[in-house]
Amino acid sequence: MSGVEGFMYPNEVELQWSILIVVYPYVTGLVAGAFILASLERVFHVEAVKPTYRLALLTALSFLLVAPLPLQLHLGRPERSFEMYLTPHRSSAMAMFGFVYLWYLMAVLLLEIWLDFRRDIVLLSQTTTGWKRLLYRILTLGSQNISEGALRIDDRVGYIVTIIGIPSAFLLHGYVGFIFGSIKANPWWSTPLMPVVFLFSAMVSGIAVVMLLYMLFSNLRKQPIDMPCVDTIAQYLLYAFMIDFTLEMVDLIQRIYEADDSFRSLDFMVHTRLFLSQIVLQILVGTVVPILLIGIIQLTHLRENARKAIYAISGSLTLIGIFAMRWNVVIGGQLFSKSFLGYTTYKLDLISREGLLIAIGLLILPFIILSVLTHLLPPWFKPDSQAVVAGAD
Amino acid sequence: MNRFKDSQHLLRLAGVFVAGLALFLVLRSALVPRSFGQYGHFRGDALAEIAARPINYAGQKTCEDCHSEIVELKHAGKHASVHCEACHGPQEKHTLDPSDVVPQLPDTTMLCPRCHEANLAKPAKFPQVDTKEHSSGEPCKTCHQPHSPLLMPEEKKS
Amino acid sequence: MITRRRLIYLLPAATMAWDFVLAGTPEASPNYAVTDHWWAMLLDITKCIGCGNCVRACATENDVPEGYFRTWVERYHVLDWPSETPIVDSPDGGKEGFPQSKNTGGKNFFVPKMCNHCSHSPCTQVCPVGATFDGPDGVVLVDEKYCLGCRYCIQACPYGCRFLHPTKHVAQKCTLCYHRITKGLTTACCENCPTGARQLADLKNPNDPIHEFLRTHAVEVLKPHLATGAKAFYNGLDGSVR
Repeated sequence: MSGVEGFMYPNEVELQWSILIVVYPYVTGLVAGAFILASLERVFHVEAVKPTYRLALLTALSFLLVAPLPLQLHLGRPERSFEMYLTPHRSSAMAMFGFVYLWYLMAVLLLEIWLDFRRDIVLLSQTTTGWKRLLYRILTLGSQNISEGALRIDDRVGYIVTIIGIPSAFLLHGYVGFIFGSIKANPWWSTPLMPVVFLFSAMVSGIAVVMLLYMLFSNLRKQPIDMPCVDTIAQYLLYAFMIDFTLEMVDLIQRIYEADDSFRSLDFMVHTRLFLSQIVLQILVGTVVPILLIGIIQLTHLRENARKAIYAISGSLTLIGIFAMRWNVVIGGQLFSKSFLGYTTYKLDLISREGLLIAIGLLILPFIILSVLTHLLPPWFKPDSQAVVAGAD
Repeated sequence: MNRFKDSQHLLRLAGVFVAGLALFLVLRSALVPRSFGQYGHFRGDALAEIAARPINYAGQKTCEDCHSEIVELKHAGKHASVHCEACHGPQEKHTLDPSDVVPQLPDTTMLCPRCHEANLAKPAKFPQVDTKEHSSGEPCKTCHQPHSPLLMPEEKKS
Repeated sequence: MITRRRLIYLLPAATMAWDFVLAGTPEASPNYAVTDHWWAMLLDITKCIGCGNCVRACATENDVPEGYFRTWVERYHVLDWPSETPIVDSPDGGKEGFPQSKNTGGKNFFVPKMCNHCSHSPCTQVCPVGATFDGPDGVVLVDEKYCLGCRYCIQACPYGCRFLHPTKHVAQKCTLCYHRITKGLTTACCENCPTGARQLADLKNPNDPIHEFLRTHAVEVLKPHLATGAKAFYNGLDGSVR
């Protein structure tokens, strides 16, 4: 058997969950994290991050629209995926996906975006022409009412939706952690910490991506970056990171200390097959370095340009590190034998339904969608026929 | 009332949601398989479908119907617990059409060592030999009657 | 009108009819009532000779694709000390038997493996749509027409007995030859095992020899700490077996 070291049960040699199943929690994690950042302003009244509120929502939507794609591409029989809506098995965490996804898409994200952008949509439906006019008119659902009263109601309802949205975002991503954490057959996955670790690493990645996108868009639009805004975002990134790192270290230290029957096998795997992705990319480059860099900013006084550079670097390293974390969980959990006597290798194809090119494409697609969304619903739009817009920068 | 006028757009949205939900429920009732839930959270018809799969091994009892003397011979010897198809392969097709589907006799040189080639992992009490030393390539049936292995075949008896 | 007398005649008829309903479609398995059986398997390590007949028979009977296994045989080489890390191999699942075992001290033996048809199976628990299920007669089965191929069940099985069919793209595993046992035949692996190391058992049948066997032998299941309710009982199972 090629690529096999030691002994594996014969059916275990081939990996079942591919890079697409690494991409999926990464994408939903970005959704949850971006939404939490948006809710910082809306619910927790952190005024400094207001400039990123709308961008965070659109980012969350872009990634949410892509989220089902890796799952569909991965299924053996994708044409049967609707069965999850027909006969969901209540004891299966995976069965939740269809309903949690729909709930989050319809009742939280789309609703909140619609409520917040409604005024702009109505104005755009009056000022644009051609197919765009038709699109905006459909989005208004036929109502042109943007009076003070209506907007106040929108604001109230939007507030409630955001409050509901926070646990919904936790559920959207937390259940993925539970999918892994509840498998007693796999000691690399089976831990009650798994949903929590997934959630906090999601928040880290989501905050980082919005921070990077905000800086990028500001550069592209040749607008000045609101430094108090990114400074505050970076602070929240640091807090989330510290919690995330603590949780992961606690899990690691406990495993090493207790050294149960799976430990020797897992330890060997981490030091050999997962050394680059776990020790180097996830822990050092993806967690310790960003924490140190952003930490330095908290303790010293650095000039604006230096801070921008550090944020750009830390944000990028964070995104790489969190992807590595998903990789280590999903792929790592399948590299060792459940007999604890052997290891296999993951053969990543380049061009196939579950290959590297598709995975890269799926990671790029949300940014393409985001550029379309920001074109249709500009987060920084100031409609010329009305007074200053509330909620944009 | 002003309040109502100002929340009309929300009512329209609610209408869209309700319509969607209704559509979902209608589709669901049409698409869920009829036998689902009959015995549990699965398609009840699946049990019958799985049970209806084709058979390849007929089972010794069926062999006995026609080949009773051989089975009797086997029962008197050491291969009593070895069923016919363990050596002769799947014979369901033969039982359905005995004259046209004639099974090929297995080659004892290849067949017997599968079980009886000496191997440290086999239970010590199990009869096993190093075939090269034991028979130096001679087919096993030269000296052993396969159906009752301690019996010598007729030609060998001198 | 329903009188008491009519009810006395009606009830037994109703019970028989109910049994008929529970039995499923009559034409597939006549005389088979699902509630009358609780299937299990007895595997005797002291008798297994690693001939691989079971692996070949299963593959033939059930059209198992090359390189995948509904049942397989492992060979263990266990030193006296430390016994925690045995050397295990299973060349092509043991399909063509095993090459010579090396004599380097310790003990050697064969272990046949298969689906344990767990009564609290972790695999059916995680199926998102109910395509794999615990049947009412104790057999864990896959509904190939309903399976999505999400592979969650394959991840959840602690014993490695499931795989994804390479062309059908649905989950597959040992069906305990359901199509045979519902017709009074035994499984293909038991039919072809020359030493009786594999024995099909029906725990609901009071005359089944398994009852006597379980009472007189020390018997184990694999990975008991996972509390899967496994029904593949091993006689002579060494502590080093994974």
